Amino acid sequence: MKVNQILMSGIAVLAAAAMAVAAPGGGTVSGKVTYEGTPAKQKPIDMSKEPSCAKAHATPITTEAVVTGAGNTLENVVVYISAGAPDGATAPAQAVTIAQKGCQYVPHMVAMQVNQELKIVNEDQTSHNIHPLAKANREWNKSQPPGSPAFSEKFDKEEFIPVKCNIHPWMHSTFAVLKTSHYSVTANNGAFTLPNLPPGKYTITAWHESYGTQTQDVTITGSETKTISFVFKAKPY
Amino acid sequence: MNTKVPSKWMFLLSALAILALPSLSAAQESHIGKLTGHAKPGKELYRRFCIGCHGPRGDGQGENAPYVTPQPRNFVAATFKCRSTVTGTLPTDEDLFNAITRGFNTTNMPSWEPLTPQQRADLVAYIKSFSERWKNEKPGTPIEIPAETAVTVESINHGKELFQKLECWKCHGPEGRGDGPAASTLTDSNDQPIRPYNFSVGTRFKCGTTNQDLYKIFITGVDGTPMPSFADVIKPSEAWDLVHYLRTLQVARKGPESELMKAQGGSVKVADKSGK
Repeated sequence: MKVNQILMSGIAVLAAAAMAVAAPGGGTVSGKVTYEGTPAKQKPIDMSKEPSCAKAHATPITTEAVVTGAGNTLENVVVYISAGAPDGATAPAQAVTIAQKGCQYVPHMVAMQVNQELKIVNEDQTSHNIHPLAKANREWNKSQPPGSPAFSEKFDKEEFIPVKCNIHPWMHSTFAVLKTSHYSVTANNGAFTLPNLPPGKYTITAWHESYGTQTQDVTITGSETKTISFVFKAKPY
Repeated sequence: MNTKVPSKWMFLLSALAILALPSLSAAQESHIGKLTGHAKPGKELYRRFCIGCHGPRGDGQGENAPYVTPQPRNFVAATFKCRSTVTGTLPTDEDLFNAITRGFNTTNMPSWEPLTPQQRADLVAYIKSFSERWKNEKPGTPIEIPAETAVTVESINHGKELFQKLECWKCHGPEGRGDGPAASTLTDSNDQPIRPYNFSVGTRFKCGTTNQDLYKIFITGVDGTPMPSFADVIKPSEAWDLVHYLRTLQVARKGPESELMKAQGGSVKVADKSGK
């Protein structure tokens, strides 16, 4: 018991120290993204043409153009610093992963930095072609049959790139390629956090694939946490 | 100071300046074999022959564009279907030259073979001036095509296995008739409906007629369309097998592949169809 307690407290101290190292002071902007109005009802997806994927879902999944949570919260919103922060000079070494699983992109919204490695995985028993419809970046289109190894790609320009699989027209994703390292994708509760901000004036942008863009200016002076919220107008169509 | 520079040196300096100029305007030139195309005469040719569909800005919005399906190529976006280079990269000058020469079968883009090779090279140079991409990026590296393997029954059968395994039939149909389960839903990158190639009709491919062209099409992919690149998933040694099998799907076309299948009496397609 005693040993356990000592160990636990030791771990807690270590964890606290690790966090202190990870967060070199600075302020935080956090908050919530919600909507008002009635969002379009998401349609169930008919996967009968792809039985191996249809089997993967007990009940048919729906489209993900708008995903909401309890209390009108909005999921899959990319919240990032669009002005004020120095550009993330070097892309982080660790890769971002997108999986094709049950004929769905997981996650639906993939945020990454310019030149960061994106790893693309096919976990299905069917072929997919991954086709980012890029405009600023290069548009490519690659086949990934079942059992073939994951492959990696990079995008060298800032862009929100719609992604589709031509074989399974219901599959949609977005690659949010950002210059900044300060970004957050809202979870189902609509929450986001942008930590480690040195003092300064920032423009925070929230981007949603169906509802567009909103911005707010925030000034950070010390190590405070500023709370802001974004409210998108939901369109019923 | 200047007056003291010997005339010999002045001559050298100006010669250097002249030599440096072409590299500055490299994006305004094209190089196809021994030919060098220039954007200036290319512009005049473009305004005479191409502007109607591809538009004055090269964005594919010419005055005929609303009546043209598929839409004329947008040279500003610089996404090109027929390349010898990997997916997502710029084509070589030769790829563009060949595309102009060949035209695009089953579309409104005719063959421009009546123009001289020099004129076509000039057009390539001018087309490259529409997109910044030619200034910031180099064309992709052409894919390597190994020597074609022998057309054998084993090769054709293995090609058929690949056709199944890589799920080509999802779009092109189990017999290559362009009627796969995903065929009716396909759209190109402009959200326009697009049909997968129907092998049974046996028309020329958009990107050429030879076995090498066919090899290129599925390895590089057809950018801007649903046809992806299979470069990472087909071994070069296997790719010829797929080519040989695809040729047997072209039942309306005579070739060594379908002749062999007929001779074997085990023709995968021909016997089935003629029996009905």
